[in-house]
Amino acid sequence: MLSIRREICGYCGACVSVCPEGALELVDAYLTVDADRCRDCGICARVCPLGALEVADERSL
Amino acid sequence: MNDHYDVLIIGGGPGGAMAGKAVAEAGLSCCIIEKRPAIGTPVRCAEGVGQEIYDFIDLDPKWVSAKIQGAELVAPNGQVIQLSSEMAGNEVGYVLDRKMFDRELIWRAANAGCEVYVKTRAVDAIVENGVVKGAKVEYAGKIRNITAKIVIAADGVESKFARWCGIDTVVPMAELETCVQYLMTDIDIQPGVNVFYMGNEVAPEGYVWIFAKGERTANVGIGISGKKCRDGNRPKDYLDRFIQEKFPDGKIIELIVGGVSACRPLTSTVSAGLMIVGDAARVSDPLTGGGIINAMYTGRLAGEVAAECIKEGDVSAAALKKYDVLWRESAMGKGLERNYQIKEIFIRLSDDKMNSILGSVQKIDLEKIGTKEIVKELIKYNPWLLKEISSLKKILG
Repeated sequence: MLSIRREICGYCGACVSVCPEGALELVDAYLTVDADRCRDCGICARVCPLGALEVADERSL
Repeated sequence: MNDHYDVLIIGGGPGGAMAGKAVAEAGLSCCIIEKRPAIGTPVRCAEGVGQEIYDFIDLDPKWVSAKIQGAELVAPNGQVIQLSSEMAGNEVGYVLDRKMFDRELIWRAANAGCEVYVKTRAVDAIVENGVVKGAKVEYAGKIRNITAKIVIAADGVESKFARWCGIDTVVPMAELETCVQYLMTDIDIQPGVNVFYMGNEVAPEGYVWIFAKGERTANVGIGISGKKCRDGNRPKDYLDRFIQEKFPDGKIIELIVGGVSACRPLTSTVSAGLMIVGDAARVSDPLTGGGIINAMYTGRLAGEVAAECIKEGDVSAAALKKYDVLWRESAMGKGLERNYQIKEIFIRLSDDKMNSILGSVQKIDLEKIGTKEIVKELIKYNPWLLKEISSLKKILG
C-alpha cells in the first residue's frame, strides 16, 4: 500500500509522470493517490527525489 | 469563464503561454487554465536558457538573474574544463528569474486577448467518438464542462490530460531525471559562469549544476536517473553531500524538486482535437534537461497551427499533424533525437572514460563547428568511442 509522507513531499510531479497506472495526481498542491488504480508497484517511490513515498510491498520492480 | 472557446490550453507555463498568445493574435478565442494559484511558482527549473531565447522574446533585465558568459565542466577526476565565451559564443546564455519570466509570458498572452484562470484545473477530458472536445474543469469549487475546437495540453512533466485522451505519456523510470535544487546564497561562486559536475559518484547518469544568479547566489541542483535513486542515495542525499563539501557555510533559501524526462518525445503529439506541447510532449532535452526554449517553441507552433486549422475548419488528427511534423523536422526536433542518442552513450560511460572525453573537449574549437563535428573531434581524441559504441555511427550519419 502506497503511503505519502506529506511533510516531506515537494509536490513536484516526478512520481505522477512515471506512474504506469495514472494513479497519482497533483491536486491543489497536494499529491493524491487513487487507491483503486494503484498497484503498489513502487516506481513512484523509487523516483521520488525526497523519499516522500513508501510502498509496504513493492511487487513489480 | 465561457463554456466554449476556439482553443482551451491546459497549463500556464511557457508552452501554454506561447500557445495562448499565438491563438489570440490570430483573432480566435482562447483560455489558459493553470491549476496553481500563481503563474511561475513554485519554480521547478534551473532557469538556464541559451541565447536562442531571443527567437521568442527580447529579454528584460527584470527577468534575468544573471548573464552567463562561460561555463565549466568538472570531470569525475576533478579536472576543470573551461568553456569560455570565445569557445562557446559571445553569450552563453542567461539564468532567468522564472517567477517574473513566466508571469510576463502570461501577461503577453492575456494582453493579446487570451483569458487566463489560475487555481483552475482539468479533472478529465471530454472525448466524443475519439475526438477531443474539451475538458471537465474545476473552477471556483465547481466542475464545469468547457468545450473547445482544440485543446492544447501544456500540463508539464506530470501531464495527465493527454492520458485521459488515451495517449500513453508515461515516462520510463530509468529515463526520468529526478531532481533537487537549492537556491543558495552566501556562497563563493564565479558570477557569470555556470558549472557542471559530472561522474557516477557525484550524480549517476546526471549532473550537478551551479547556475549563478548573482555575486554570491546560485541555483545549486542535481538530477540523477530514476533507476539510480534509492534510500540514502536520493537526489537530496547526493546534493546534501555535495553542498557539505563545496558550500558548507552557504545558506539555503529555497528548495525546489522536480522530474525531467530524458526519454524520446511522445510518439505522436496530436490526435483529433488535441495538441501536446512542452514537457507534456516530452520535448525537454534528454541530454541537458533544458526545457524552457523547447516548450516556448512547441507552444508557439501549436498555437499557430491550431489557429490555421480552426480557420480552415479541420481539427482532425491529419490536419493537426502538421504541428507534429514541423517540430520534428525542426532543428529542435533533430537535436532532441541526436541528444537522446548521445545521452544513451554517456550514461554507460565509466568515470575513466568520462575523464578521457572531457579532457579532450578543451582541444576542440567549439565556436566553429556543430554538434556532429564536435562528436567527430571527440572520436579523434578518443577512438575507443567509435569502436565500442556502434550507435555513434548513426549519429554521424
